[in-house]
Amino acid sequence: MRASNLTRRLLYWASVAAGLVLAIVPLPDWLGPFRPDFALLAVIYWILTSPRIAGLGYAWLAGLFLDVLRGMTLGQHALAFVLVAFLAHRAQLRMRMFPILHQAGAVMVLLAVYHFVLFWTDGLTGHSYTGWNRWLPVLSGALLWPLIAAGGDTLARRVR
Amino acid sequence: MVELSHETRPIIGRGQPLGATFLALAVISIALMVADQRYDQLARVRGWLSAAAYPVQVAVDLPFRIWSRLTGSFADRSRLRSENLELTARLRLANLQLQRFAALEDENRRLRDMRENSAGVAERVLVASILNVDLDPFRHRVLVDKGAVDGAFKGQAVLDAEGIFGQVAQVHARTAEVILISDAEHAIPVQSNRSGLRSIAVGTGDSGRLSLPFVTVESDLKAGDLLISTGIGGVFPSGYPVAEVTRVERNAAATFAVVDARPTARLDRDREVLLVWFDPPAPAAPAEEPAEPTAAADSASAPPATEPAQ
Repeated sequence: MRASNLTRRLLYWASVAAGLVLAIVPLPDWLGPFRPDFALLAVIYWILTSPRIAGLGYAWLAGLFLDVLRGMTLGQHALAFVLVAFLAHRAQLRMRMFPILHQAGAVMVLLAVYHFVLFWTDGLTGHSYTGWNRWLPVLSGALLWPLIAAGGDTLARRVR
Repeated sequence: MVELSHETRPIIGRGQPLGATFLALAVISIALMVADQRYDQLARVRGWLSAAAYPVQVAVDLPFRIWSRLTGSFADRSRLRSENLELTARLRLANLQLQRFAALEDENRRLRDMRENSAGVAERVLVASILNVDLDPFRHRVLVDKGAVDGAFKGQAVLDAEGIFGQVAQVHARTAEVILISDAEHAIPVQSNRSGLRSIAVGTGDSGRLSLPFVTVESDLKAGDLLISTGIGGVFPSGYPVAEVTRVERNAAATFAVVDARPTARLDRDREVLLVWFDPPAPAAPAEEPAEPTAAADSASAPPATEPAQ
């Protein structure tokens, strides 16, 4: 059980790191606005499955690193990540009982909160972009959630 | 559905209280944002963090670079040949123009010397390639592979072969973030090549369009005019093409005309850009001159003190 905890921990770190890389991989212009927030989805997934491994600290660090990668004001993504992680922790006992579509809906709410924080801090730091397409990742992330949950479960079962 | 892990989660004794951790981290984030935004205190911290980010950015860029190198080395002979022919033709044309240009430059320098006015012509350039890294779909920023190590500095002008591209917004050790002239937060002082009218071209967030919001209805500007950089403000070297006016709409009831321009630099297609070092324009183009186009509409910029003694 200890060993499996360690592999889970490694998997958690690796999947969030992969999500951070995917955040800056170039996409075609038309696809760019749809880019789901992979790192955040990974954080949410691990909070739902292994809440004792996926704490707030690493989520915060991941957000901070995303700020650096994308050259934003330091702390913007960090704040949004830690808020979503906190909400997910509070809701995880309920959320992991939901049927998958219901769960995707809850994830959509979390993503909306995330993008609202980004929108708000963007406004405060004077970078406001108010186009409707900045909310597209909320939709694409929620649509992707069933896939991510299924993939994560398969992965976790294999390494158990 | 998300699968329950087999770890048991006790109801009591969950480790450190979640709320307190959250509050602490949230406060730290906000403090970071304030410090970064308002006080510019975090340069060193950002330096360390971006040193950690650099390998990631290079790793993301690498497959694209390898791919372009492979396609380059396996390009077939006929394509290389046609490319070669085209380049030779373009070089001949450019050389022809250059001959005339050399004479004009000499003449220009003489005239400027008489007025004790340095033109701020680009002196040294460094080729930087743009990393294949998406920063933010809604901000026009790119990452280039030259940084503080190569002497890049914040506010440095960035050009491409066709015109002004942008300026350096942030310098890291080995990379620099360049803000394009089409970013909605960017503005560049420009001058019409035909009429000498000065104005400011503001980015719109659309890489094919700049907007000139401060052109009065009666000012002399029309579609097709080339806008060049003025050198006012000292960021950009003067005399480089910025954009071509595509639309001038005059509504007699309004104070300002609606003017759009298309950047001459290939903002969305470039893979390589030039970082430029130049002598900032000497006193004859004073920095404190108001950049307001209405005030600066008269093209005589030299104050009387620097007029040559007859």
